[in-house]
Amino acid sequence: MWSLVIQLLVLLVFPPLLVGLINCTKAVFAGRQGPPLLQPYYELWRLLHKGTVQSTTTTWLFRAGPVVALVTTSLAGLIIPLVQPEVYVSFPGDIILFVYLLALGRFALVLSSLDTGSPFEGMGVAREVTFACLAEPAMFMGLLALVKVSQSLEMVDLLTGKHAATWTVNGAPLLMIISSWFLLMLADSCRIPFDDPNTHLELTMVHEVIILDHSGPMLAMLHVAAAQKLFIPAAMLARLAITRDLGGGWIEGLVFLAVVLAVAVLVGIVESVLARLRMPVVPRVLTAAGVIAAFGLILQVTLP
Amino acid sequence: MFESDRLLLSALILASISGIPGLFFNRRSLVAPWIAAMLMVTSGTVGLIGAVQCAAQCASGSDVMLVEYPLPLPDASFALSVDPLSAFFLAAIFLVSTLGSLYGLEYWKPTEHPDNARKLRLFYGLLTACLAIVVLAKNSVTFLFGWEGMAVSAFFLVATEDDRNDVRDAGWMYLAASHAGTLALFTMFALMYGATGHFDFLPLTSDQISPAFASTLFLLALGGFGLKAGLMPLHFWLPGAHAMAPSHVSAIMSGVLIKMGIYGLVRMTGLLPDPPLWWGSLVLALGTVSAVFGMVLALSQHDLKRLLAYSSIENIGIVAIGLGLALLGRSLHNPVWVILGLSGALLHVWNHCLFKSLLFLAAGTVIHATHTRKIDELGGMAKPMPWTAAAFLVGASSACGLPPFNGFVSEFLIYLGLFHTLGLPGEPALPAAAFAIPALALSGAAAIACFVKAYGIVFLGVPRKPLAHRPHDPHWPMRLPLVVLSVIAISLGILTASVAPRLNGICAKWSGLSWDASIAASTLGPLVPLGWALIGLLGSLLFVFCWLRWKISTHPYAEHDTWGCGYLAPTPRLQYTGTSLTQFLVSLFGWSIQPVEIRPRIRELFPVQAAYWSEVPEIVLDRVVSPVFDALARRLLWFRLIQQGSVQIYLLYIVAMLVVLFTVF
Repeated sequence: MWSLVIQLLVLLVFPPLLVGLINCTKAVFAGRQGPPLLQPYYELWRLLHKGTVQSTTTTWLFRAGPVVALVTTSLAGLIIPLVQPEVYVSFPGDIILFVYLLALGRFALVLSSLDTGSPFEGMGVAREVTFACLAEPAMFMGLLALVKVSQSLEMVDLLTGKHAATWTVNGAPLLMIISSWFLLMLADSCRIPFDDPNTHLELTMVHEVIILDHSGPMLAMLHVAAAQKLFIPAAMLARLAITRDLGGGWIEGLVFLAVVLAVAVLVGIVESVLARLRMPVVPRVLTAAGVIAAFGLILQVTLP
Repeated sequence: MFESDRLLLSALILASISGIPGLFFNRRSLVAPWIAAMLMVTSGTVGLIGAVQCAAQCASGSDVMLVEYPLPLPDASFALSVDPLSAFFLAAIFLVSTLGSLYGLEYWKPTEHPDNARKLRLFYGLLTACLAIVVLAKNSVTFLFGWEGMAVSAFFLVATEDDRNDVRDAGWMYLAASHAGTLALFTMFALMYGATGHFDFLPLTSDQISPAFASTLFLLALGGFGLKAGLMPLHFWLPGAHAMAPSHVSAIMSGVLIKMGIYGLVRMTGLLPDPPLWWGSLVLALGTVSAVFGMVLALSQHDLKRLLAYSSIENIGIVAIGLGLALLGRSLHNPVWVILGLSGALLHVWNHCLFKSLLFLAAGTVIHATHTRKIDELGGMAKPMPWTAAAFLVGASSACGLPPFNGFVSEFLIYLGLFHTLGLPGEPALPAAAFAIPALALSGAAAIACFVKAYGIVFLGVPRKPLAHRPHDPHWPMRLPLVVLSVIAISLGILTASVAPRLNGICAKWSGLSWDASIAASTLGPLVPLGWALIGLLGSLLFVFCWLRWKISTHPYAEHDTWGCGYLAPTPRLQYTGTSLTQFLVSLFGWSIQPVEIRPRIRELFPVQAAYWSEVPEIVLDRVVSPVFDALARRLLWFRLIQQGSVQIYLLYIVAMLVVLFTVF
């Protein structure tokens, strides 16, 4: 029971730190002072205590969107081994539930955004659902290859136990999956080069324009959900990258969190050195992510 | 109390006569529809009870015989019997037909449609009875009786509004396609009779038929049943027929009638011995193509009912993927693939039946209220029609295969089975089949895009065109089916863990393999924790939603117009349309679906008016079927010589034919 509570707490409390760290990294690269590391937490606190302005066009679905987005990402996070190498929700095929929970969150969020009837939201929604069509097959390609590596259908087995021995045998496919999923993480969490979280022009946004009309506590929930969408893939990548059996306990937790933060710094570096891609180019990059994962899968399947 | 076989027979008879009393009433009579509906409700209730009882009875192994009546043909009889597979499909038939007839009370009022309401009711009952005969048939003669009856009554239902040109065209195409399929089935059953000497549906053994002969039978079955099921590329008749029919007819067609193709495929493949590997691979490949391109075509549609029809093709594709996997499992003697593939496919048949009839009925409610099927003219329907909107949302989420709805669980089983093809410990490997997974994921993501468009554009925002009347939710006869189907869709999603193991008997009988109960239990084991996870999901959604309501209610709250970038006079036309929502995605798939686009060309600095328009043609129909048949029609023009149109000449033909027959034989 305690492990469940700890995992939920980590899922709800830790993710905004990643956003703060990314912003700090970008500030360092740009030579600015930048916002403090904990700025995302101040923002959440402020939003949670603010009132709400809601469009007259909306129905109950407008409020359901943030709820579903937050709950689904949190539940999906329970499937992933976080600070400890064991999880609370685990059964053969939980990888499918994982992907479809995130899909449910996306479905509810884009519908709640269309509920306002605003043309801007329409733009964001069109992009979000289009990119997802290319990202989901890539995600499953990677999962397939990992199932082949670990000979199991449980997420926890897929992600943990990648020891030095595994890496020497399956190194190439694993690297391909990691690079493909890194791209997917950037796309899913709407970072540069797929989307610019700091852009001020609705016409170029994806995520920001979807949540344009949400305010107050709803916006806070959406921010947490968005940060989780960064944290969960980062955690998956970290789990894949940890090649030593650390034996559980607090050392394991600390190492894991350090690797996750390193992933966030990497995202910050990518954001600092790249510009946002033009929208028509994004599908090509996502297809490339899928193709890389497909190569990984083929390589893994043909390995002796 | 009652024998279950009597129950089923009386349900059949009640359904087939349900439209007849109405024929003696005035065409505008409001009593006649109620009589028909009550007969259908009785038939459906009795039929459902009968099906459940029969399923329990034949779980022990023996089929329940309903009726056997010798026909004046050699070796042939009219014989109906129930086995678990028939009972499984019967439940779907009686559920949807009952709810559909209730729905029709308000949807197709005799006062609004005096010309064809009586015809519609008559053939609705007949269709139900014929569908039941198809799944109950014990031999191929009875099967073809039911099959033809089903095709013809469905034709009259599609062509209900036969005073309209487009309706007649769709009806004719359905009839022609349907008979092309029947032709394949006639050939197949005749070949089977030639090999075995009887018409009964009994398993063929490998010493009765050679492998090549078995493959011929399989291909004929795939052609004939695939055409009915709407498997790509044999789907071309389906969108038109579904779109032009009245909505409760579309519901039964999409929910049940096309499943008869699946039933036939399952039945036939269960009779054929030792399937080679390429059968399963072919079904799997066709299913994958249908799943992906069915959805891509669906999301490019402008007509709400055509969109739903194409999404049916996608779901038939998913069912076919499951069936193909089960066939592969049979070829490789692996029970795990059979259990996951066939249970997933059959459950998806039920689930699709539930959510697609729900979607068609909800769409019909909108069409009834607004008199348009064009997605881009609708909008904001969720406010005046909350019940309909909620029902459509349940159907849409389920059609996207999202947890916790029923569509997710059957897709989960199929996904799980496909993951097993990678070669987990103790199982054979066929990694090529695993590539269906990314395709399934693509179609799932495209389904989300498609239903975000269907729900978002139709129900959210504000109306895009001014409406003559303020739309409102339907009254209870029309609302009840929506509620019932929604409730079943949600509860079946959570309760699958207790339903799926009951299909074990069907899987074992179909595959001819035998396995330990422990294998079945461990294969379907993940459904139990999955059920709990879904309950957890629902619970936490409810909890957080209540928390948010409390949070909002305890803080300042204001309502305001949607922010429109400071634009002074926003109009509903500013909203995104369905076309613009999916334009990006459609252009990504342009290489395959060949959209016809008209783009604005902006030349001056202040362009006055610009319009974008895109239309996705039905490629198989426009590029293959129509040209081939037009060419055939031109070549065979001289056959018209014998079509003289006067009865005497036709009588002469008959006499001449008889003379020829007598002299030859």
